[in-house]
Amino acid sequence: MKKQTMFLRMITASLLRRRSRMLVALLAIAAAATDFAGAEKTSPYWRVDGEWPSKQGEALIGKEIAQTLALSTGDIVTLTYDLETKAATADEASKNERNQNSGDFVVSGILDTGGNEEKYIFISIEDMEALTGKADIFDMAELSVSASQSELKAYADNITNQSGGVSARLVKRVTQSENTVLSKLQALVLLVTVIVLLLTMICVATTMMAVVTERRKEVGLRKALGASNQSIIVEFMGEGLLLGGIGGLLGSVCGFVFAQAVSMNVFNSSIQFHWLLIPLTVLVSVLVTGLSCLLPVRSATDVDPALVLKGE
Amino acid sequence: MSLLELKSVSKIYGPLKALDNVNLTVENGEWLAIMGPSGSGKSTMMNIIGCMDKPSLGEVILDGVDIAKESGKKLTEIRRDKIGLIFQQFHLVNYLTAVENVMVSQYYHSMPDENEALEALERVGLKDRAKHLPSQLSGGEQQRVCIARALINHPEIVLADEPTGNLDETNENIVIELFRQLHRQGTTLIVVTHDPEVAEVAQRTVVLEHGRLVKEIINENFEA
Repeated sequence: MKKQTMFLRMITASLLRRRSRMLVALLAIAAAATDFAGAEKTSPYWRVDGEWPSKQGEALIGKEIAQTLALSTGDIVTLTYDLETKAATADEASKNERNQNSGDFVVSGILDTGGNEEKYIFISIEDMEALTGKADIFDMAELSVSASQSELKAYADNITNQSGGVSARLVKRVTQSENTVLSKLQALVLLVTVIVLLLTMICVATTMMAVVTERRKEVGLRKALGASNQSIIVEFMGEGLLLGGIGGLLGSVCGFVFAQAVSMNVFNSSIQFHWLLIPLTVLVSVLVTGLSCLLPVRSATDVDPALVLKGE
Repeated sequence: MSLLELKSVSKIYGPLKALDNVNLTVENGEWLAIMGPSGSGKSTMMNIIGCMDKPSLGEVILDGVDIAKESGKKLTEIRRDKIGLIFQQFHLVNYLTAVENVMVSQYYHSMPDENEALEALERVGLKDRAKHLPSQLSGGEQQRVCIARALINHPEIVLADEPTGNLDETNENIVIELFRQLHRQGTTLIVVTHDPEVAEVAQRTVVLEHGRLVKEIINENFEA
């Protein structure tokens, strides 16, 4: 055997036989324990292909690890805890004469978050305590609180000041991102509202112009019977404003139903109905209708009764 | 004093003289017919007397006021208070009932009064049709509603433009009979027509041709 041949055999054997250990070293797989019921609530954006662990002996595997180790739901993964080095690995072949604890876990689901969580293996707190032989040691507690930025900061300061050895921090990246998205969403909705309002005004003005044109003879007749320009304006505006009021009333009811449907489908939460919205919507609707009707109704006063009654 | 006096009235549209130096006097309670072919200026004269138009030249004295010099707003007031209009095309508001059409005139004049409007319809023989829409009335009935509407505010002068132009003979006679009643009650009537039969029943007839008054006929056999 040549020296070069022996060199190749050694390298190949090293790579093939020590594959798992090398991968663990390269990926730096970490095992974490968590309360799965709580994690479901604090991290609703986690997507699990399979099932969330529901009993001891089940594990949730990060997508990145699952791809690398070719694991899928139902597979068994062995976690080993080295009591000397205090490190957990996924190496089934690493059991040796050193002092170790190990346990087999059924993969109940593959975790897809798009973040660092995909590099973790999650097991229950009870399993981790059994594996490490240590209990009631927690590094972090996550809380999901819906509040404004200032309120959240106040809560965090309060916890830090009142609890010794605990440092509460806001997950700023998430909250700021949420705020940015919400503010942009609000701006977009406002823009859409303004555009819809303008389009509505144009539609109302066009419709009222058509109504005035259609009723030119009637306007001429009324003027011939002694109606003043003011009477004509009041009559047409009255019709327009009444329709605007009814439209506002219907709009506020339909708007709430639609907003509720959107809120439930998009944000998975219901919205409260504010009774003040009804008079406010009706008022805005009446104002918009009044503004839109001004020009068309003004044109009605230009009708010459003599010309109209002759049929011109 | 005369109720209405036209002094040298002309109405000029560019090169066209619709009325050319017309002089006419109408006494209080008189029944006057204005005749003439199409384009003779009858409707123009009607519009000027009815305060819906102003003459280019001349004076139109109605009840002592020169309406040629009044503003549009004032003309509307005069038309509302002193004049009742009857049209060939009836011009009823199609979504209002007969009684409501009569009440429209009251609405612009003073206060709508349904009982008074029903009495006016009774005078023209249409009380039982008071709640009908114009589309449910015959032409003659629509014209009678139009007459009731013209009379509801007790105008000093009633202007009728071809009032029988769209009616059959039976309804024409009904309308003429209504005019007789009005005349007997002292209402001043000015009826524009090209129908000699309608003109013959008036007290006096003037004939217009090319905007000029060319003839005046006094009805010797006039029956009040």
